[in-house]
Amino acid sequence: MFRFLFLSFCFSSTYCAQAQQSSTTPKKDISTSINKGKVVYQTHCLSCHQIDGGGVPHLNPPLAESSWANGNVQRIIQIVLKGMSDRVPIDDEYYSNSMPAFAHLSNAQIADVLTYIRQSFGNQSSAVTATEVLAVRKKMQPKHK
Amino acid sequence: MQASKTIRLTAKYAGAALFGLFFLVNTKAANHLTTDTSKHHLPFVQQEIDNPLVLPKGFSYAIVAENVGRVRHIAVTPKGDLYAKLARPINGKGIFKLVDTNNDGKYDTSFGFGNYGGTGLAIKNGYLYASNDQEVFRYELDKQYDVVNLGKPERIVTGLINRRQHESKSIALDDKGHIYVNIGAYANACQEKDRSKGSPGKMPCPILDSAGGIWQFSVDLPNQSYKEGIRYATGLRNVVGLDWNQSSKSLFVMQHGRDQLYDNWPALFTQQQSAELPSECMYEVKKGDDAGWPYIFYDHIQKKKILAPEYGGDGVKEGGKDAINPTVAFPGHLAPNGLLFYTGNQFPAKYKNGAFIAFHGSWNRAPLPQKGYFVAFVPFKNGKPSGEWEIFADGFAGEPEIKSPRQAKHRPCGLAQGPDGSLYVSDDNKGFIYKITYKN
Repeated sequence: MFRFLFLSFCFSSTYCAQAQQSSTTPKKDISTSINKGKVVYQTHCLSCHQIDGGGVPHLNPPLAESSWANGNVQRIIQIVLKGMSDRVPIDDEYYSNSMPAFAHLSNAQIADVLTYIRQSFGNQSSAVTATEVLAVRKKMQPKHK
Repeated sequence: MQASKTIRLTAKYAGAALFGLFFLVNTKAANHLTTDTSKHHLPFVQQEIDNPLVLPKGFSYAIVAENVGRVRHIAVTPKGDLYAKLARPINGKGIFKLVDTNNDGKYDTSFGFGNYGGTGLAIKNGYLYASNDQEVFRYELDKQYDVVNLGKPERIVTGLINRRQHESKSIALDDKGHIYVNIGAYANACQEKDRSKGSPGKMPCPILDSAGGIWQFSVDLPNQSYKEGIRYATGLRNVVGLDWNQSSKSLFVMQHGRDQLYDNWPALFTQQQSAELPSECMYEVKKGDDAGWPYIFYDHIQKKKILAPEYGGDGVKEGGKDAINPTVAFPGHLAPNGLLFYTGNQFPAKYKNGAFIAFHGSWNRAPLPQKGYFVAFVPFKNGKPSGEWEIFADGFAGEPEIKSPRQAKHRPCGLAQGPDGSLYVSDDNKGFIYKITYKN
C-alpha cells in the first residue's frame, strides 16, 4: 500500500529517480543508515517523540504508524529542515508544541534519522537518501542566494 | 429515533488495603440516542478489570463514570451532579452534565451542550463558568443546578491569545465577583527560536504583555478582553490548575515549568538534572506578583531561583530578585493540571484546607522514566503549608514504570469536591471519573 502511494507520488515528482533508487537500496546499506539514524534520533528527537516513537498525546505527534512519517518523503524532510509550528491536524489529532528546525544536521544525518524512523516503531516505509534531503534543502533556499 | 440496548455497568470499589473487592452490576437500561437532543445514557461498557488506585488507609474509591471523553476540569453540584469540560467536543458538545438518576452511586445519564472544547470549568454563585481556548462563558443555573438557557451563554471574556502552545484557559473565582483566567505563554522559554538548541532569550520577553500570566476580569461584564482585564500576576509560563483559597482569601496556581534544559543547553545541564528540573511550583499570587518566567526557574534541590540559560544562566547563577518564591516546589515536569483546596468534613482533620494537586504526568523526563500520573496532597494551616507534600492517590497510569506517556492508561486532570466531602478526579485519557471517599 505504502509502496503504491509512494510510486504514485513518484510519477509527478522530479525526485522520482532518486526515490526509486532509495526504495531499492540494498539491505545492508539500510541497516547502516538505520544504526546511524538511531543515534541521531536519541540525540535530537527522542526527548519529544519518545523512546517508542509514540510522541506525547496532544503535545508532540507520534511517529509510530503515523501517516506523515510513513508518507511523502519531501514533506518530512522539509519538517526536519524548517521545524513545524502550524496548527494542522495529523491523523485527525492536533498537537500543541512547536518543533524546532534541524537544518544544522547534515543531509546524511537527516536521511539516516528519517530512514530509522520509517523502519522503526512498527513502521515499514522506504529509506530516505541524502540526495533527497539535499534536493529539498536546495529548493527551500531563497533564489537570490 | 430511539434505540434500546443493554448497557452493562461495571462498578468497582477498591481501598488501599483491599484491592480485590469488586462489585459487578449488570443492569438493563434504555439508551436514548437522538440526533438533535443530547440527553442520553452514558456509554458505559463492560471492561476488563482496571488497574487499581492506591490510596491512604481508610480511603476507598469508585469509578463513577467511564468513557466520558477527554474530561479536563470538573465541578460537582450540591445535588451531586457533575459538570465536565471536554478538551474536544463529542458530537458537537463540549460540556457534559452527568446525573445519577437511579441513585446507585454511578452516573448513568449525560446531557451535552456547549459546542466548544476547552479546559476551564467552575460553579460559583448560581452560575456555571466554562472556557474554550480564547473565551470564557457563563450559564445561569436554576435551583436544581440545571442550566437555564443552554443555547445562550453570556460571553464574559473574549479575544484571549491562543497560539497553539499552552492554549488552555483555566479559571478560578473569588468571592468578590472576579474571575481569574490563565493565559499561557506561547513558548517554552521565550527564545528567539522556540525550543531550539542554544537560542537566546528575547529581552524583554514580548510574550508577557498578553500571556504568561493570570488575568483578572469581572464576572458580570460581557465581552471583556485585555483592555477591560487586569494582568493580575505575570511571569507564569503556563498554569492549568488554580484555585481560590477560602481560608487565606488568595489565589493559588500551579505552574508548568519550562522544558528541555538538557536538549537546548547540553553543556550546562545533564539529562538527570534536566529530568528533575525545574521544579513544578505552587505559587500564592497577589495582585502585581511576578513569578519570574522566562528569566528564572526554581530549583528545589538548591532551593534557589536560578537564572535561565537563555538569559546567561549556567544552572548555578541566581536571578529573579523581585520574583516571588514558590509556596511548594515539586519535582520537574509532573504537569500539575488540577488544584483544589479541600474544605469538606468527610476526610480526616489533616486534610482540611489542604491542597490536592492532580499531576497529569510527565513527558520531558525522557530518556529517563516518566513520573507523575498521581494526585498529591499538601497539608495547610492558616494558608501556609504545614508539612511535606505526599502522594495521595497513585496507580492511574496502570504501569509500574512509564517510559513513554502513551503507555499511561489514565491521566489525572481535574479535581472537584462533592457536597458530602468526597473528592472527584477526572482522567482526560479514557474519560473516567473517580470518586474518593473516606470511612474510619
